Amino acid sequence: MLLEVRDLTTAYQGLVAIQDISLEVGEGEIVAVAGANGAGKSTLLKTIAGAESSRAGTITFAGERIEGRAGHLITRAGIAYVPENRRLFPRLSVRDNLRLGSYMFRGQADRDEPLGRVFKLFPRLQERLPQRAETLSGGEQQMLAISRALMTRPRLLMLDEPSQGIAPKLVDEIFDAVVAIREAGTTVLIVEQRLSEVLAIADRGYVLQTGRVVITGTAKEILDHTDVRKAYLGV
Amino acid sequence: MTPEIFIQILASGLLMGLIYALIAVGLSLIFGLMDVVNFAHGEFMMLAMYATFGAVLLIAIDPLFLAPLVVAALFVVGATAYLGVVQYAMRAKANLGMVQIFATFGLAVVIRGVAQLLFTPDYRNLPPNLLGGKTVSLGGIYLPLPQLAGGLVSVAAFTGLWLLITKTDFGKALEATREDAGAVALVGIDKNRVFTLGWGLGAALVGLAGAMLAINYYIYPDVGAPFALIAYVVVALGGFGSVFGALAAGILVGLVEAVSAVILPSSLKAVGIYALYLAVVFVRPRGLFGSL
Repeated sequence: MLLEVRDLTTAYQGLVAIQDISLEVGEGEIVAVAGANGAGKSTLLKTIAGAESSRAGTITFAGERIEGRAGHLITRAGIAYVPENRRLFPRLSVRDNLRLGSYMFRGQADRDEPLGRVFKLFPRLQERLPQRAETLSGGEQQMLAISRALMTRPRLLMLDEPSQGIAPKLVDEIFDAVVAIREAGTTVLIVEQRLSEVLAIADRGYVLQTGRVVITGTAKEILDHTDVRKAYLGV
Repeated sequence: MTPEIFIQILASGLLMGLIYALIAVGLSLIFGLMDVVNFAHGEFMMLAMYATFGAVLLIAIDPLFLAPLVVAALFVVGATAYLGVVQYAMRAKANLGMVQIFATFGLAVVIRGVAQLLFTPDYRNLPPNLLGGKTVSLGGIYLPLPQLAGGLVSVAAFTGLWLLITKTDFGKALEATREDAGAVALVGIDKNRVFTLGWGLGAALVGLAGAMLAINYYIYPDVGAPFALIAYVVVALGGFGSVFGALAAGILVGLVEAVSAVILPSSLKAVGIYALYLAVVFVRPRGLFGSL
């Protein structure tokens, strides 16, 4: 397993946001985490990324325990995280945002190599290079945030609600990109509220409810689950 | 007033203004980076002046050549202030702004007190050296050599700072941390490291100004206070956090001060600067180049 989360509990402002969550992500998989607002999906990703500290449990990445490490060290270990609000550097150019993604590499080849991959994935970013990040549309900002994350050459890419606040046409483009990213060898852990769309591209999934895993299985198993059909798909 | 005198006044104002800019830019840099006003900024300058004084006595080479040493020492002072004090003040759970103010203000009081104790409140000045007390005449305009050197050093420092910010990866990391310190971890940057280096850099810049000022200025434990006051005006005038606003505002303050010294009674000499400051903040509260 590339990522192994065991019995993870995180409290956020005194309230337990996730409780005893266990989750696995294998190399080359797309794993979806679904659930309603406030189910703890974002907290789960934040805790793995080191932006939130856990109260109990372990996180093992590529054989190493990473819980409690500072965020920048987790990025350096090979986990790239795209938070819900994207956290771009708004007044820096698209080019500078991308270049900062490869900040931790010293060699020029290491820094340029992922750029070609990013432009192939999102050609429109190449036209926007000199523009400030804040001038991009919501969809383009999401593309830039994913691209900046890919510039760190991660083994695992974690996306938090990449479809949020984005024109429907671009949502498909983002989901297609996620598939392409996996095909290029990067494992993906994706949090989404759009259950049927994300399960269409995921191999497996977890459904959270009030901080706990309530359903887990292959994408098909989850889609066929009666509770899921009732709660999320309205059928 | 003859044209020669007028140019003379402008030239001295410009040179002093460049030094004010150099004093203020570190303050602006640190504020822009992490929204902390360093109330010990003047004390950093005072330490640089004493460091120059001590080094001249100890090593007996010209203060001009000791400046790099003083700058390096102040870099360490700034980084240490962040790591030893400010870092902890920033972890305050409540009243963060107040805690930061009192932390750096307390640091200032401690540094000044220790300086009083170790160096005594006596006024000191450097032994005769290459530049001290000498003037040069350029087409009928007399410029004191220490001020001329200080102005040139300031221009060089701003050029270097501009290159650092716009051309290097570290400059980009600084900019990114200014934009969103909470997001730099996403690209593997340790914000604490950037903050530490930012404090080092800010202190090194005011250290350079102190090293140049020491050449022709009295050195005493409270020397930082009047300069720090001007630096706060420069930073507010130029726009909080704006590095090049500090340069423009520093020059403006130097010019206004030089002109008001001539046209106002000497007891009101400083009024010009603060009148200018009030006028600007009424019209443009964010300062001339601020983007808040």
